[in-house]
Amino acid sequence: MKSLGSIRRDFAPWNDPNAKPYIQFDKVTKKFGDFTAVNNLSLTIFEREFFALLGASGCGKSTLLRMLAGFEEPSAGRILLDGQDLRGIPPYKRPVNMMFQSYALFPHMTVEKNIAFGLKQEGMPGADVEKRVAEMLKLVKLEQFAKRKPHQLSGGQRQRVALARSVAKRPKVLLLDEPLGALDKKLREETQFELMDLQQELGLTFVVVTHDQEEAMTMADRIAIMDKGEVMQVATPAEIYEAPASRFVAHFVGNVNMFEGKVAEHTTSTTRITGATGAQIVVDNGSNAAAGSDIVFAIRPEKIRVSSKKPADAVNALEGEIYDVAYLGDMTVYHIKLDDGQIVRASALNASRVTEDPLTWNDRAWVSFRPDAGVVLAR
Amino acid sequence: MTDIAATAAPSTETATLPAKLATGFVNRLVIIVPYLWLLFFFLVPFIIVFKISLSQTAISMPPYTPVIGFKDGVSGFFAGVRELNFDNYTWLTQDALYFNAYVTSLVIAGISTILTLIVGYPIAYGMARAPATIRPTLLMLVILPFWTSFLIRVYAWIGILKPEGLLNQVLLATGLISQPLVILNTYTAIFIGIVYSYLPFMVLPLYSSLEKMDYSLIEAAQDLGCPPAGAFWKITFPLSLPGVVAGCLLVFIPAVGEFVIPDLLGGSQTLMIGKTLWNEFFSNRDWPVSSAVAVILLLVLTIPIMFFQQAQAKAQEQSK
Repeated sequence: MKSLGSIRRDFAPWNDPNAKPYIQFDKVTKKFGDFTAVNNLSLTIFEREFFALLGASGCGKSTLLRMLAGFEEPSAGRILLDGQDLRGIPPYKRPVNMMFQSYALFPHMTVEKNIAFGLKQEGMPGADVEKRVAEMLKLVKLEQFAKRKPHQLSGGQRQRVALARSVAKRPKVLLLDEPLGALDKKLREETQFELMDLQQELGLTFVVVTHDQEEAMTMADRIAIMDKGEVMQVATPAEIYEAPASRFVAHFVGNVNMFEGKVAEHTTSTTRITGATGAQIVVDNGSNAAAGSDIVFAIRPEKIRVSSKKPADAVNALEGEIYDVAYLGDMTVYHIKLDDGQIVRASALNASRVTEDPLTWNDRAWVSFRPDAGVVLAR
Repeated sequence: MTDIAATAAPSTETATLPAKLATGFVNRLVIIVPYLWLLFFFLVPFIIVFKISLSQTAISMPPYTPVIGFKDGVSGFFAGVRELNFDNYTWLTQDALYFNAYVTSLVIAGISTILTLIVGYPIAYGMARAPATIRPTLLMLVILPFWTSFLIRVYAWIGILKPEGLLNQVLLATGLISQPLVILNTYTAIFIGIVYSYLPFMVLPLYSSLEKMDYSLIEAAQDLGCPPAGAFWKITFPLSLPGVVAGCLLVFIPAVGEFVIPDLLGGSQTLMIGKTLWNEFFSNRDWPVSSAVAVILLLVLTIPIMFFQQAQAKAQEQSK
């Protein structure tokens, strides 16, 4: 069985036409004065999904989250949660909780009291509150810090308190605004997996806002790529990476090589592209671009093979010269200047310790790739 | 604070010895200057006042005896010191006037402080939540009254509050009242005067503590199910307590000894310690008794504040 990416997904309600959407943004627009933060956006999120809103700062992803939390009201359109229209419901009555980017821990309260705050608000009896707080402290492994104040904790501990506080009420949806933004790289990677485990364990729906593509790719079931208040693509991380819907998405996530060209010939199984400078590329991944149309061919660096001789079996092979080499340990990145002038980025996994016939600066080299290695995108 | 000292210590260890001495000297100099200032302009005058409070009144120049000095050598100095006694303090306890004046002053200052807090808090809150672009303007408006003399502003209130004044004219013209209200020369006028005059001292510390508060804390409280009013009492107010305490002290302390406002707005019958002190000093020309009044006033104000600060330091220590 063939699949995009390397993970088989059993949880995929978005492919099920009968699945009931849990959160629905229905033609939502949000304007601040003249500025349109979110523009006529529609989006569906399913129950127990780990959903990521990914985009550069100012793309409207945080506004979307704040509208879901109730801090902003849409200028137009509806937001539905479990079938209920959220319009007019103030934040303190919504069954969603948010983990703030700044954590927003109450500085005058201990860790314990911070976590208990929401539970006391809903009038939970004291004994139950204590039990739930203890449970939450255990969940985030902060039992011995219960009596500390936020300023006596490290950044990572504060992050976990914020997380415990926001899930303590067992919200229908947990909103996370750049949850790992303030942590250093190593801690961030560990915490990504902790968050995923927590989401599995509690069975909650998570909506996370992030500008970090790696974070989104690691954690999310599906990612919505946003730009200028609009959704560019909603898909699984593998689809986003392997089958980007547009140039913007291909550029935004990961590295990519773009060949501008025209469709020379289109049959049911293959598309032949003539590059702007005459290079011939054959694609057989089911593209339906009509013959004669202007397109770009996008291919990821790791799908490109670099060799000193033209591989005998290669369908697509272009000749050039090694322009730059960067050895990164786990892989080597080559920049190859093709004979038509275009620079191609290729990366090779260093699967063995010794390389026979290594390539270096100014060597003649061939780049080759399989016909299904890239995608054809509209210009 | 202790954390900072602890982390700063190792870094000085690596410095060379002369550099260490130099930084030590500079550090000390920075502390010495304000200490010298306090010594010359607070402690020395206080010792003089305290000495006068132990003297006896006399019709002479200066109007008290003994005048201690080294005119008659060291023995003359000690002879003068032996003449000092606490008679004036005993006197203060014998006349109920002084006790009543102290209590009235504390009560008036206390009520005024609470009123100033009630008026000042919403102003400070509004300023702190205003768009950042207009905050400097609002701050300017709060400070603006200081550009006019304090005396003139208090006099202006006479014009507003007197029976035929601005306020009564407006109220009579609108038909809200048929008889002019008697406000001037009552305690109400004193409260109005103190609240008006000391409002900036309340608003500024409140504003500075409210302004630096992260608004996402309020959002977090609401997100966790707390309605806005609850979020105010559970989050905003507790976090602004340092500002509340600072503002209240800044209003309460000078209000206790206030003289101009009760004199101009409160009329002749109001009994406040500032007025009593003024009368003793200028009308009775009894410097020793008025000095004793001043010393007791100082103790009444500083001792509770010292206890308060100690308690606060202890609470802070415990929270660490």
